[in-house]
Amino acid sequence: MSVPTTGEAAREALDRAALSRAWATPAGWLGWLTSANHKSVALRYIVTAFGFFALGGVLAALMRLQLAHPESRLIGPDLYNQIFTMHGSTMMFLFAVPVMEAMGIYLVPLMIGTRNVAFPRMNNFGYWIYLAGGLMLWTSFVLNIGPDTGWFAYVPLSGPAFSPGKRVDIWAQLITFTEIAALVAAVEIVVTTLKMRCPGMSLNRMPLFVWAMLITAFMVIFAMPAIMAASTMLAMDRLVDTHFFNPAEGGDALLWQHLFWFFGHPEVYIIFIPATGFVSMIVSTFARRRIFGYPAMVLALIATGFLGFSLWVHHMFATGLPMLGESFFTAASMMIAIPSGLQVFCWLATLRGGRVVVRAPLLFALGFIALFVLGGLTGVMLAAVPFDLQAHDTYFVVAHFHYVLIGGALFPLLGAILFWLPKMCGRMPNERLGRWSFWVLFVGFNVTFFPMHLLGLGGMPRRVYTYATDAGFATGNAVASVGAVVLTAGVLLFAANIAWTLRRGAPAGDNPWGGETLEWATSSPPPIYNFVYLPTVDGQAPLWSPHERPVVTGLRTDVREILITDPIDATPDHRQRLDGASIWPLLTAMAGTAGIVTALFTPWGVTIGALLLLVTLTGWFWPRAAAGHEHAEEAP
Amino acid sequence: MSRQALDVSALPTIAYGPRATIWWGVLGLIAIEGTVLAIVAVAYLYLRQNFVAWPPEGTPLPALGAATADLAVLLASVVPMAAIDWLSRRERRRLVAIGLGIMVLLGLASLGLRALQFAGALGCRWDSHAYGSVVWTLLGMHAAHVLTSTFENALLMAVLLIGPVERKDFVDAHVNAFYWYFIVAIWVPTYALVYLAPRWL
Repeated sequence: MSVPTTGEAAREALDRAALSRAWATPAGWLGWLTSANHKSVALRYIVTAFGFFALGGVLAALMRLQLAHPESRLIGPDLYNQIFTMHGSTMMFLFAVPVMEAMGIYLVPLMIGTRNVAFPRMNNFGYWIYLAGGLMLWTSFVLNIGPDTGWFAYVPLSGPAFSPGKRVDIWAQLITFTEIAALVAAVEIVVTTLKMRCPGMSLNRMPLFVWAMLITAFMVIFAMPAIMAASTMLAMDRLVDTHFFNPAEGGDALLWQHLFWFFGHPEVYIIFIPATGFVSMIVSTFARRRIFGYPAMVLALIATGFLGFSLWVHHMFATGLPMLGESFFTAASMMIAIPSGLQVFCWLATLRGGRVVVRAPLLFALGFIALFVLGGLTGVMLAAVPFDLQAHDTYFVVAHFHYVLIGGALFPLLGAILFWLPKMCGRMPNERLGRWSFWVLFVGFNVTFFPMHLLGLGGMPRRVYTYATDAGFATGNAVASVGAVVLTAGVLLFAANIAWTLRRGAPAGDNPWGGETLEWATSSPPPIYNFVYLPTVDGQAPLWSPHERPVVTGLRTDVREILITDPIDATPDHRQRLDGASIWPLLTAMAGTAGIVTALFTPWGVTIGALLLLVTLTGWFWPRAAAGHEHAEEAP
Repeated sequence: MSRQALDVSALPTIAYGPRATIWWGVLGLIAIEGTVLAIVAVAYLYLRQNFVAWPPEGTPLPALGAATADLAVLLASVVPMAAIDWLSRRERRRLVAIGLGIMVLLGLASLGLRALQFAGALGCRWDSHAYGSVVWTLLGMHAAHVLTSTFENALLMAVLLIGPVERKDFVDAHVNAFYWYFIVAIWVPTYALVYLAPRWL
């Protein structure tokens, strides 16, 4: 290692000062509303998503309380319907997808060595529209007009004939909000990943988490349009009397199921693939070696991305589709176990070949492997049509998808939070609390959800608000409810650890875990511009490389300038200026919200929204000197 | 120098086409909107299975006149848009603004012809039956694209005329053309599906 000369140190200090000025956001609450920095927007996103996670968790606890003993009269059927609909919609649309994309928005620019995301203001807009959707849903629930037809809102139940009132309309518009936000974040991640990697980071050197986010973002781009189209058709059926799902006028109820699951199944992988990215980073860091089988891992992610789109009909085996079609989807559903299994073996091989240091984040990753294998196995069982017909709509399915979603996504996410918390806040989490929270969560989770397999095989249907005393479901449900208490305690322990870290955690330093990727090369928390000099890399694990790599110079420090590189090889291509903080994304989100909420009541909402958007978008794009862009020559 | 450096100060600050991030952003938008259109087109074919006759009995075949004129206008609009694209890369402020003015007029012409299609050529309402719902949606979705893009053309023209003009405005004008090509391109299958397919199906 060479020591910088005095002249260099002085110049670096000057560059730091200039960059801080160029990238600064306004102080105070205005800065909070207008910030275009990927880290502030992502942290807001993550905190908000965990807020919704807590709300969804409270609903889950209420359901376990209700089901703890037979013939309970605590919650009536109408409220129970709202509760499970709100639980599913909140966890899927307001927690799982947003939190994964938010982790990507925080980490991807740091891992690829750039200063921000490609479209910083769009990023901020996406957050506000997401928040507006969540607030609309929860306000309606509090006002007792929350949706009550399940997170999948099957027609004809959700159609105008069987669900009068505004409940389902609110669900349909929630989809509009959250899909806009998810799509904005997805395009953001794709463009940032493909065009802004630091010099030398060709695709085959990209960290596996970045690969995972890239593939997830592509899946969002091709899966979300299905639910947007479907929920718009549903809203129109309800509001302006179209007949997409009305069999009396040639509409079709199964069309809804096809469109919903064409989105709904990829959705599972949209949540799961980022989680595999967390696990790969955590495992290789604590095994102190590069991940085993990097090319196989990348190919497995790509294969999962494609196969994820060819499984949707396995949600519809009970609808009487042609046998030949069902067989195809059985085969495809079983096939997806291959790339998933391949990843599991690569993680195990990495651990086997490494010098393993056990820390709390690694425990969460190991817990993930165990639980995900169990959830995957029941998934392969459900892929078989005869078994599926028996288990369809029973608690067996509830057990299966909670093993996949909690085991396969929440455990890695919590591990990732502990792993990157030092980077985000500059302080180390409490290791002992971390381990305790893991074991309490792990035990609580299994006690809650394992009995549901048996309940389902015993015939207990999903979405029932109570069951008869002599049905034989009492013991299993009592055990599950006790498990839910333990699980809640685990969540509280985890939250306590976060609170402890923020107040008392020891200073983390740049790279507390000895990680290999570029986010560990900058300070914790990173400065607003991420890196004083953008790095260059010559391998997959730049921080474990023995060579010192050149840094990028010649980018302007007095304006917000970034380096754009080639999508494949990441060779430098040109310099580009980025937009900074602005109030217009928030105003645009408010205009959109006004339109969407008005459209709950009248189709004129679309017109009102369009006119308001016309004003705010003009404001957004109108050039002003303060933006710091390069002026054109005065030519004819 | 004790530390090696990769100096990028000589690189350009403006790029067009796939080199520019905004081009990729627009490509993402195109992927999303193309997928939405494809899904509604699949819904059209799916719903077809529920009908003996398509369009359903009592509903005439959609009349070709206004829609074909619409197709002609949109195809013709590619010429001025390609000119705008070419002039943008050369940062010709006034000529690009004039071109965008022509595009606004062509966009309004297309929207006028679309209104005629809704008013008469389709021969049914959105609430008549599922056929009506899906053809209104297909045409409406496309009209929404033409409308927003026409607004964008007008806004860009105003920016170029009033100023201050930034060099990146020309990149915006260039990707705006890219997006317009997409709108014209998807009208061809939409037209074929709504107006020609019922004659064959």
